Amino acid sequence: MVPLNHYLILSAAIFAIGVVGVVIRRNLIVVLMSIELMLNAVNLTFIAFSRFLGSMEGQVIVFFVMAVAAAEAVVGLAIIISVFRHRQSLDPQEMQLLKW
Amino acid sequence: MIVDFGIIALKAFLVLFMVLNLAGVLGWIERKGSALMQDRIGANRASILGFAGMGLINTLVADPVKFLTKEDFIPPRGDKFLHTLAPCMALFPALVTFAVIPFGDTLQIGERVINLQVANLNIGILYVFAMGSLGVYGIVIGAWASNNKFSLLGGVRGSAQMISYEVAMGLSVIGILMVYGTLELQEIARGQGTLIREFLPESWRFLKAAIGWLPSWGIFLQPLAFLLFFTAAVAETKRVPFDLPEGESEIVAGYHVEYSGGKFLMFFAGEFAEIVTAAALMTTLFFGGWQVPYLLRDGFHFPWGATWLLPHLAVTLLQVGAFAVKVVFFCWLQILLRWSVPRFRYDQVMRLGWKMLLPLALLNVIVTALVIVAVQQL
Amino acid sequence: MIIFYTLAVLLILSSLMVVFQRNVVHCAMALVAALFLIAILFVTLQAPMVGVLQILVYAGAIMVLFLFVIMLLNPTSLEPRRGLSWGFGTVVALLLAVALAALVSHDEAPADPFAATELFGAPESLAKSLFTDFVLPFEIASVLLLIAIVGAVVLAKREH
Repeated sequence: MVPLNHYLILSAAIFAIGVVGVVIRRNLIVVLMSIELMLNAVNLTFIAFSRFLGSMEGQVIVFFVMAVAAAEAVVGLAIIISVFRHRQSLDPQEMQLLKW
Repeated sequence: MIVDFGIIALKAFLVLFMVLNLAGVLGWIERKGSALMQDRIGANRASILGFAGMGLINTLVADPVKFLTKEDFIPPRGDKFLHTLAPCMALFPALVTFAVIPFGDTLQIGERVINLQVANLNIGILYVFAMGSLGVYGIVIGAWASNNKFSLLGGVRGSAQMISYEVAMGLSVIGILMVYGTLELQEIARGQGTLIREFLPESWRFLKAAIGWLPSWGIFLQPLAFLLFFTAAVAETKRVPFDLPEGESEIVAGYHVEYSGGKFLMFFAGEFAEIVTAAALMTTLFFGGWQVPYLLRDGFHFPWGATWLLPHLAVTLLQVGAFAVKVVFFCWLQILLRWSVPRFRYDQVMRLGWKMLLPLALLNVIVTALVIVAVQQL
Repeated sequence: MIIFYTLAVLLILSSLMVVFQRNVVHCAMALVAALFLIAILFVTLQAPMVGVLQILVYAGAIMVLFLFVIMLLNPTSLEPRRGLSWGFGTVVALLLAVALAALVSHDEAPADPFAATELFGAPESLAKSLFTDFVLPFEIASVLLLIAIVGAVVLAKREH
């Protein structure tokens, strides 16, 4: 039987890879995809704990995380589309209007 | 342990074998059947030693040889990896769905009881929908990797159509889930063995006499759901009348246009395998799956009291045969539909999916819920 | 056992492809593969309902939406690879990964999981939890999805 720690370490690794994606990529869509990757890493943690502690609540929380992630991806993509229409670019470094 | 694994592998092999062969034979039925319907002869030139077999040699031997020996062409500025991946992604869901479709009840050999279904998942029908939703990728990636405006147009239309009709398909099945009370396909097939009069309360004598002798198939309990599911399934497979994504006379060949040879054969075979999948799903959910009316595990028990006992092997063979006949009938029906009805315009397709099928499916769910509560209260 | 380790290696490979591929469509397909692998992991962890929902919702709908947006915005130019910032980011992420791994490795974790009943992770138990204990978040989630649909339509509409 695979011990719980291995699942958690896998999940931490994917989360860290997602963070890399958010920090270094200069394409807004890839940034959003990395955020989805981070959410999935957390889902994996929840399911692993749910299995090892014998409680269904972990799976219910994952259900809600999926629903919220769907809503957030939809709205995020709509924002990306409207930003692209104004600036013709998907580079987060170029969107610096609010920077002082 | 090894024997268990061997039995599952044998079942999987048999199911795949039958599906792929049926897909090939459907290609022949399509060419020859459409020729009959259009008062022409169809393909009959290819022959082996003078035997042309009404176009069988042409479709089943000459066509695959032609497809597999053609030059494999990747558009010069297209994406090489995705261009090769797309046909695989189109074929994979159509074949994998068959893992949960039951083609018989149980087969008893010695003291081993074999469930005639490759994998009995407790999530049953949701697995079918999950694989169906993966089928969109074949279209999207195939269209994108071709670097061709017509391809992209066909691909975007096709994927929008598929995801719209997935919603209607899923909602129309909810009525069936409520009536039979389970997600597992084998249990839904088994639940269609009882007669309707077992569900009706005692006081409804007139209704019992009128329809109580029918087996409780999905088509009798959920007729609207069947119509919605049939329409949505035909739209999912992108067959006429919903075949604008590959519209032959409008956008050249839609997302197929840059594919030749073996890859086109995979798309083609995937489409026919989807026809078989849709037919098998319709059979299992609405027409009793492998059930023969009044055939129980030990023989026939007719509603007027007569019985005819049969050995177990005969019963199993009858049930598997019934399943095969029903699936072939629905495949034939979809092919007949293709050559009889003109295709929809794209905005008509979208309007049908969202403004007509979706509200009707929701209405079906509400009415089914009310009827179930009414029957249980009385 | 073997399944978990092969899935883990494939999962890390596809996540790396998501983050480091320069062609956006390749990133999206790598993410689809990663989501599919995570769904298989869910099924091995006795959560078949959540696993199939992951394929149905995440891999089957959300990623199709991503691909639509990518095809709509059509970024044909490959992103330039900046050595310094990519190296710096990778080092930071490695530090984060090591820190997280150290945090989550504890010795008193339950070594063998409890004996799962047949209904654990089945649709019936998930539905029971959703409609009894968690019915308020369930209804709020449906309102949230409605808000997301309306918001997306308003934001992405073409101004006249």
